[in-house]
Amino acid sequence: MSDGPAELTAAASAADGPPIGDFVALLKPRVMSLVVFSALIGLILAPGTPHPVLAAIAILCIALGAGAAGALNMWWERDRDARMARTRDRPLPAGRMDPGAALGFGVLLAVGSASVMALAVNWTAAALLALTIAHYVFVYTIWLKPRTPHSVVIGGAAGALPPMIGWAAATGEIGLGAVALFALIFVWTPPHSWALALLKCDDYRRAGIPALPVAAGPDATGRQILFYSALMVPVSFGPCLAGIAGPVYMAAAAVMGTWFLVLAWRLRRTDGTAAARRLFGFSLLYLFVLFAVLLVERLAAGAA
Amino acid sequence: MSAAVEPADMAMAKYSERHRRQRTRNIALLAVLLGLVALFYVMSIVRMGGG
Repeated sequence: MSDGPAELTAAASAADGPPIGDFVALLKPRVMSLVVFSALIGLILAPGTPHPVLAAIAILCIALGAGAAGALNMWWERDRDARMARTRDRPLPAGRMDPGAALGFGVLLAVGSASVMALAVNWTAAALLALTIAHYVFVYTIWLKPRTPHSVVIGGAAGALPPMIGWAAATGEIGLGAVALFALIFVWTPPHSWALALLKCDDYRRAGIPALPVAAGPDATGRQILFYSALMVPVSFGPCLAGIAGPVYMAAAAVMGTWFLVLAWRLRRTDGTAAARRLFGFSLLYLFVLFAVLLVERLAAGAA
Repeated sequence: MSAAVEPADMAMAKYSERHRRQRTRNIALLAVLLGLVALFYVMSIVRMGGG
């Protein structure tokens, strides 16, 4: 008589397979939208105009590839996710989905998206997409994240690659502009991630993830954030040197970069969570504004 | 065990819920397959046309 209605529902749910919405949740739609946005920037800023249908297929493949990486990440981290308030209700830790289904779904999407990219667009873009997924799953999720607080630095490469994939989809090669966009996201990721880690410190500690504030304390985290922010400001002028940005971008990078440094400095001086929350929020705005300016400058130049 | 003691209407409700869910999944799978057919068709046309 131990089977109450809740247990019956859960048992029926596991036997019938999860609802479609849970497969969508596995794709991490919010991360996917950021990946699509940055890939579009690379695709548009690259020289030449690709066929619009092929460009759309390239973006679709990048979106599904990012979704595959998200699904495989959730499959690997399902036990850890069950211990964090933020991730407890994901399909796998909540018991709504069989882990094998998530693994199969992720592998199918990863292989499918890279294959379609190779067939429809070009091999360079397909190889970069496969590299991005593999880096995120094997290097970041499986190897570095449970071992070192500096995992976000190396792992950040996966988040920095989408503009390069977009660029490769348009041109078939990796140009200087693609490298400049990659470098900007690469050095932006550590301060962005560590500001979030300062806010979610207790969650990470409970899950046993050695995030920097857990492993080294808030003081060392503040110092590292300031270091990477100081590195990020000169790197943010890379697009000007690569010839994909004009004076408006240069001004935006100077103003936004200065404010980023001010917030990082304040975070270093005060160890409250308010400063971390402000830096995290601003870091998102920072990247969005710089990319939007790049886009507007390019479109304006094209219209003139 | 529990199926034997549960009331008939409850079993019916579970059946129809299962039925509805399978139906949704079948339709979603059909949409994905049709989407793939369309994708490969358009892809072939563009690649053959553009050279």
